[in-house]
Amino acid sequence: MSQAVPYTIVIGLEVHVQLLTRTKLFCRCPTTFGAPPNTQTCPVCLGLPGALPVMNRRAFELALRTAVALQCRIPPRTKWDRKNYFYPDLPKGYQISQYDLPLATNGYLEIADPAGRFAPKPIRIRRAHLEEDAGKSLHDEAAGVADSRIDLNRAGTPLLEIVTEPDIRSPLEAKTFLSELKLLLLYLEVSDCNMQEGSLRVDANINIHIPTASGMVATPIVEVKNMNSFRAVERALQYEAERQYVEWQATGLTKENAPKQTRGWDDQAEVTVAQRRKEESSDYRYFPDPDLAEVTIPAHQIERLRDEMGELPGALRKRLEQQYGLDAYASDVLVNQGKAVVAYFEQVARQCGDARRAANWIQQDVLRVLNERHIGIEQYPVAADELAELLRQVGDGQLITSRAREVLERMVQRGEKLEQAIAALGIQSVSSNQLRELCRQLVEANPRIAADVRAGKRQAVGALVGQAKKRNPNVNPAEVQRICLELIEQSE
Amino acid sequence: MWQERSAIEWLRWLAEGRVSAVELVDAAFQAIERTDSRVRAFLHLRPEQARVEARSIDERRRRGEELGLLAGLPIAVKDVLCVRGEPTTCGSRMLAEFRPPYDATVIERLRAAGAVLVGKTNLDEFAMGSSTENSAFFPTRNPWDLSRVPGGSSGGAAACLAAGQVPLSVGTDTGGSIRQPAAFCGVVGLKPTYGRVSRYGLVAYASSLDQVGPMARTAEDVALLLSVLAGHDPRDSTSAPVAAEAYHQGLDAPLGRLRIGVIREHFESGLSPSIAGAVRQALDVLAQMGAELVEVTMPHSPYAIAAYYLVAPCEASSNLARYDGMHYGLRCDESLPAGDGNEGRQDASRLVRVYRASRSQGFGLEVKRRIMLGTFALSAGYQDRYYVKALRVRRLIRADYERAFERVDVLAGPTTPSTAFRFGEKLADPLAMYLEDLFTVGANLAGVPALSLPCGFDENGLPIGLQLQAPWFREKRLLQLAHQFQQRTDWHKRRPAL
Ligand SMILES: [Zn+2]
Repeated sequence: MSQAVPYTIVIGLEVHVQLLTRTKLFCRCPTTFGAPPNTQTCPVCLGLPGALPVMNRRAFELALRTAVALQCRIPPRTKWDRKNYFYPDLPKGYQISQYDLPLATNGYLEIADPAGRFAPKPIRIRRAHLEEDAGKSLHDEAAGVADSRIDLNRAGTPLLEIVTEPDIRSPLEAKTFLSELKLLLLYLEVSDCNMQEGSLRVDANINIHIPTASGMVATPIVEVKNMNSFRAVERALQYEAERQYVEWQATGLTKENAPKQTRGWDDQAEVTVAQRRKEESSDYRYFPDPDLAEVTIPAHQIERLRDEMGELPGALRKRLEQQYGLDAYASDVLVNQGKAVVAYFEQVARQCGDARRAANWIQQDVLRVLNERHIGIEQYPVAADELAELLRQVGDGQLITSRAREVLERMVQRGEKLEQAIAALGIQSVSSNQLRELCRQLVEANPRIAADVRAGKRQAVGALVGQAKKRNPNVNPAEVQRICLELIEQSE
Repeated sequence: MWQERSAIEWLRWLAEGRVSAVELVDAAFQAIERTDSRVRAFLHLRPEQARVEARSIDERRRRGEELGLLAGLPIAVKDVLCVRGEPTTCGSRMLAEFRPPYDATVIERLRAAGAVLVGKTNLDEFAMGSSTENSAFFPTRNPWDLSRVPGGSSGGAAACLAAGQVPLSVGTDTGGSIRQPAAFCGVVGLKPTYGRVSRYGLVAYASSLDQVGPMARTAEDVALLLSVLAGHDPRDSTSAPVAAEAYHQGLDAPLGRLRIGVIREHFESGLSPSIAGAVRQALDVLAQMGAELVEVTMPHSPYAIAAYYLVAPCEASSNLARYDGMHYGLRCDESLPAGDGNEGRQDASRLVRVYRASRSQGFGLEVKRRIMLGTFALSAGYQDRYYVKALRVRRLIRADYERAFERVDVLAGPTTPSTAFRFGEKLADPLAMYLEDLFTVGANLAGVPALSLPCGFDENGLPIGLQLQAPWFREKRLLQLAHQFQQRTDWHKRRPAL
């Protein structure tokens, strides 16, 4: 952090990711978001007497793919455990989860800041495990009567819980970690990471370490919940660190003499608020679920996943820099846009032969349109080969940059093909004979300029370029300048 | 006449057109009418639906359609298996009004086989008990002596056979719940290998021990029913992907010189002398049939009860958590008037009040006892001492079986330490009641198939059961042995005077 504070912030994150499966983790009900309440349910996810779970292999595979990408250690076998607690949105009275043998442990994810506000570092992943989601309680407090309704559509949806070590040292690092994790999950196609729909949920554990005369003091750990965007995570953690410092100054309470506490982030008031404790104790009485068999994970499955993984963001950034000579910033921008934009870039770069020009145009022109229209590259009106051809003509000098921008604008606005747009704008390529003739006429008609140039004022030729553009807007100014200078020197 | 014939014989009569499915169903309901006010084997009867189903079977037979293995045979099902749209109470107040929206896999298989379900039989609440006294509705009586229990938890399932009400019955066995009532009522009951029969739609008591199984008056009928019940079910992850067999065929095939292991520990302390005598005589019959008797020792069997009464309640405490008054089943809401003070706190404690009231009133004493035992044994600080240790003992018991089956083909011994006891005799002493399962829990802990068949009567005229156990998936061997035993004995032909 740039501004110095008299303490170190220590943060660990718990991320719940909803996996992109068509059906739930232990039954065949669909996972579609937004269906009318309790329409996507069956005896299994309703927890009816006698119903039994059957593991969704696809969900397990997506979880494994993520674990491999996070460089985790994956055990040869894993199992399912029951986490027992009572809550109305938990119809079985227990959640099927993984306790002491999670499917992944000891991984890491590299984070970096292109702006250099912190040094690149790995954030260690303590564990990742699969579990089923609970339903939703809908509280209706109209008419002064507390009336709760339960929607079990979400019950049984597969969640991957990813827990980091407390390696994060600032709210910015936390936000960066989450962005990088989200990008990774999108590249892996394991989740849509939609925070509004709850596909990605974040809780944070935070405290601060304060150097004092009698040694380092750690404040009580606080679990912060209710953070509904990455920006909210950053702000909540910033607030919470400062709050803990103020509270420590007032009370002197430390991790050793105060219990862990749960606080919720209030996005409107921009404060964290202590949450009421659950009436239950937190003894979940975990034990292996006798309804489910252990899952063996053969080494060849992990190998296959590794082979099929494709390029992940970290490696991709480095390759774009090395292969195309992009700077770190440009490769970061492209990679952060996702796989499809990178593929688009690579095609344009290959076909137009100038990767940096391709990167510049995509960053400045293409991404602007994507952002304005809130669309993906798939909906961008100009295909990669068309943009490549446009940029090739710019490179060849057939089209000047300003005219090329007009052409692209027309293609985007009207959906025209490259040739159509060029024709519509009255752009014709000027043959070298035509260009030479035009320059000859200009040099002849402007003897004083020619004389100035000969006298050493080479910049005087600019006036000829200006006249040439007036006569024919399609001429390449650099070419006009080169030919005029050549003619003036020849006529000496 | 109705109760004298076996299911296999009735099938022959049906095939020959000498009797119709409707007539068999009517005979079953007449027998129930005549005896069930005293026996009380059934919780629910479905005469109308049964007659409709029987008529349809007769119709299909007339049209020459291909019919299932049990087409037209009346059957009773323990009221712990889900039947779509019909009462499935588990013998509990909690589910007194519950009607599941789906059929258990076993019910689907019975329907496909053409069996006609006449009703659902009584049981100890949630299959927890050894006497049917724990039914929330009424106890079932032993047809051999109405002052005595029929055993449990499948007490109704065994009693309806002994009373001659139906020829076939489906029970469930978690620690002996098929075999002990079969022994008390003088019928045959088989607990199949764990994973042999689907548990989908069986309301769980202890998931790693529960198994659905066939009951009948003869081993042959038990085999017939098993042929329908057994098979892999993709909806049950613990169901074994092992092909089922035609268990009722080839029952007479010679068994060769079968080595039968006699479990030494089962003849030690606590066994009633009349049972010891009857079982010894049965072993002699087996020897005369050509079997070689070998004494085997199961060194960990003295710990089986302790292990069972930890594993089962632990799983039960979690399996029964779903009965919380929120989604289905009994809901007791002793809410206070809303609006005084802290609404959030009020709301939360109201939730706890609903939980507490629903579970206090919905569950009976024995269910509560086991939920508490299990909750305690799984709780932090105690789990290693109880649950984890019980699992270790369970592995040792399984190893005992593996070792025994290296030497012998079948294990034999008494099913129960005593014959049917009087109502109330053991109700106040849960430990005495738990010892009923002394000889039966081992098969559940190890997952092996085990069968009880009649092998004599005690001085009070009460039936005695012989337990046979075989290696995993060797049900056929048990059924052959039991059937051939029944060819040489007539214990199974005796009927109580009702
Ligand atoms: Zn479902």
